[in-house]
Amino acid sequence: MQELIDRACQLLEDKTVDRVLGWSAGEFVYDITPCVFTDVDDIKKNFVFNDFCGQNLSKYLVAETEKEGKIAVFLKPCDTYSFNQLLTEHRINRDKVYAVGIPCDGKVSGERLHEGGLEGITGIEREGDNFKVHTVYGDEEIPMADALDERCKNCKSKKHVVYDELLGEDGEVLDSHRFDQVEELEKLTPEERFKFWQGEFSRCIRCNACRNACPACTCTTCVFDNPESGVKNKAAANSFEEQLFHIIRAYHVAGRCTDCGECSRVCPEHIPLHLLNRKFIKDIDSLYGEFQAGEVEGQMSPVNAFTTDKDAEPNIVREGGKV
Amino acid sequence: MIVKISYDKLPDLLRQLSDKLAVYLPVDKENGTSVYEKYEEGKTLSTKLNTLRSAKDFFFPQVQPMAKFRMEGQKITVEDPREEAEDFVIFGVRACDVRSFDVLDKVFLAEPVDTFYENKRKHSIIMSLACGRPSETCFCESFGINPAEPAGDVRMWIIEKNLYLQDVTEKGKDLLSKLDLSALAASTDESANASAVDKEKSRVQSVYDKLPLHDLKPTDNRDRELEVFKSDLWKELSDKCLGCGSCTFVCPTCQCFDIEDFNAGTETHRFRCWDSCMYKDFTMMAAGQPRKTQLERFRQRFMHKLVYYPKDHEGMYSCVGCGRCLRRCPIHMNIVKVMKAFQEEEQ
Repeated sequence: MQELIDRACQLLEDKTVDRVLGWSAGEFVYDITPCVFTDVDDIKKNFVFNDFCGQNLSKYLVAETEKEGKIAVFLKPCDTYSFNQLLTEHRINRDKVYAVGIPCDGKVSGERLHEGGLEGITGIEREGDNFKVHTVYGDEEIPMADALDERCKNCKSKKHVVYDELLGEDGEVLDSHRFDQVEELEKLTPEERFKFWQGEFSRCIRCNACRNACPACTCTTCVFDNPESGVKNKAAANSFEEQLFHIIRAYHVAGRCTDCGECSRVCPEHIPLHLLNRKFIKDIDSLYGEFQAGEVEGQMSPVNAFTTDKDAEPNIVREGGKV
Repeated sequence: MIVKISYDKLPDLLRQLSDKLAVYLPVDKENGTSVYEKYEEGKTLSTKLNTLRSAKDFFFPQVQPMAKFRMEGQKITVEDPREEAEDFVIFGVRACDVRSFDVLDKVFLAEPVDTFYENKRKHSIIMSLACGRPSETCFCESFGINPAEPAGDVRMWIIEKNLYLQDVTEKGKDLLSKLDLSALAASTDESANASAVDKEKSRVQSVYDKLPLHDLKPTDNRDRELEVFKSDLWKELSDKCLGCGSCTFVCPTCQCFDIEDFNAGTETHRFRCWDSCMYKDFTMMAAGQPRKTQLERFRQRFMHKLVYYPKDHEGMYSCVGCGRCLRRCPIHMNIVKVMKAFQEEEQ
């Protein structure tokens, strides 16, 4: 962590950048807030990088690069895919960003600790692959794996696909088994699958956290906020509408979703939204050939770039996938 | 009166209650959360600190159907979905959430009375549950709430292997009088029960005093409304807010709503739904959105809770310190950080 803080200070001091986008410490160990720093003393006092810095900072760059001056950003491997995808979509001004790649061995959240039954947390220390959690009810040791964010259990890559400089070693693309859960759902009958998603979506409170945290959702006015669209709504009048929001959103980000997992991380109701996106990614892989959004800057999504004669199974194009 | 029953008898107690009326209680879910569900045989009280969503849902649900309009030729029929509710029990409400009902009452039961809310509220019987294991996100005492002595119609404590019940209101007394206490092998030794409860209250207080937010006190800014409103701090605090409504919707005291019409083809469904001051289209008017930036929207939420509401309601804050927003905000910006930032600025 000290290495990051020192580098952040240096970048400001040697005028490489005017601002630094990182994470700021909170009240507890785990309640970290993304923060733009302009002052070295502020960085020394408040900048933090620990196992709880899960937030993907790349989307903030859409607004930040509209401002004057250059900004440094710290990107974990999976954040670099989002960053690249936003560059591809011309949502970020690359000239105004200095990207520092930082390693990641999975992120955890305070929520996982609470759900595991830990309350009254007063401190957390990392000891190898375990956390020592101090609480007012006594100390407990828990394996880091038990507190990992859902997305980190199937980490797709430790490799940074874009950066100006790298702190630490770069990793490899991993065999993540990230489609295992999708395959489980595919094995269900349509009725069972419908029931599964109905159950999940029935908990949705339409807080829009999934949409607002999603680096692929950068529309200035979302169709669901636009009274002219005819589908604007804050809550569903019936269960049909409830499903519509998430399914339309999944379609809208298909081919652009990098599978960063922010949607599921921020969902207060624990709806496994990432599984919808992964189903689309898996289908794109099998219909058009392997494709990872954000892997290469400027790469068109197969959903946009396919040609009818060679890229897709002809019956998909002509018969809408009906066999 | 305080009665003691063995905690093993809880299923019998729930059965006795549910024979008479509908009972809702927090139950544990597989994903590690706890939610209110209607009691059925086999369901048991959650062991979690609190429910994911607050208990405001019972009176102010996410979606409230208000009317149906049907057109047949020149004829329009209007259907009113309101029906007199039946009495029901909310079992195991924490002290913070019980206070939230007072906050909501001052809004929905003030003239003109909100009949949808009033109907449910009038028929509810609150069996509150004292907290035995408050957490680091708790700050109810900042608002004068005692986690070990919740309000409600009946209050309950779980102390070691026993459940203690105390009637607080006439409604609560009436409910307890209908129970067959002997079938629950209840002990009515008043002085022993009262002393066990007192001991528990001091134990919880000593735990609470070790929690990081135990000494957080709200600042009375009712006379400094404009000064707080114009503070430069809002920029820094709101800067990274995503503008989602997580905090608003898990909040037990947030009460803003929108009314929308859903065109279902042959008929129109008018419903009320939760709305959030964090949203871009909140209180949209013909001239547009009065709060154009996220800073203004963010400020509105906290000004309402900490300044406007207390100004309108004799100093009562529109926050109960339940800590849900501290846990759910995707970027961990919350009311505690706002309160502390303003206090630091003052010093």
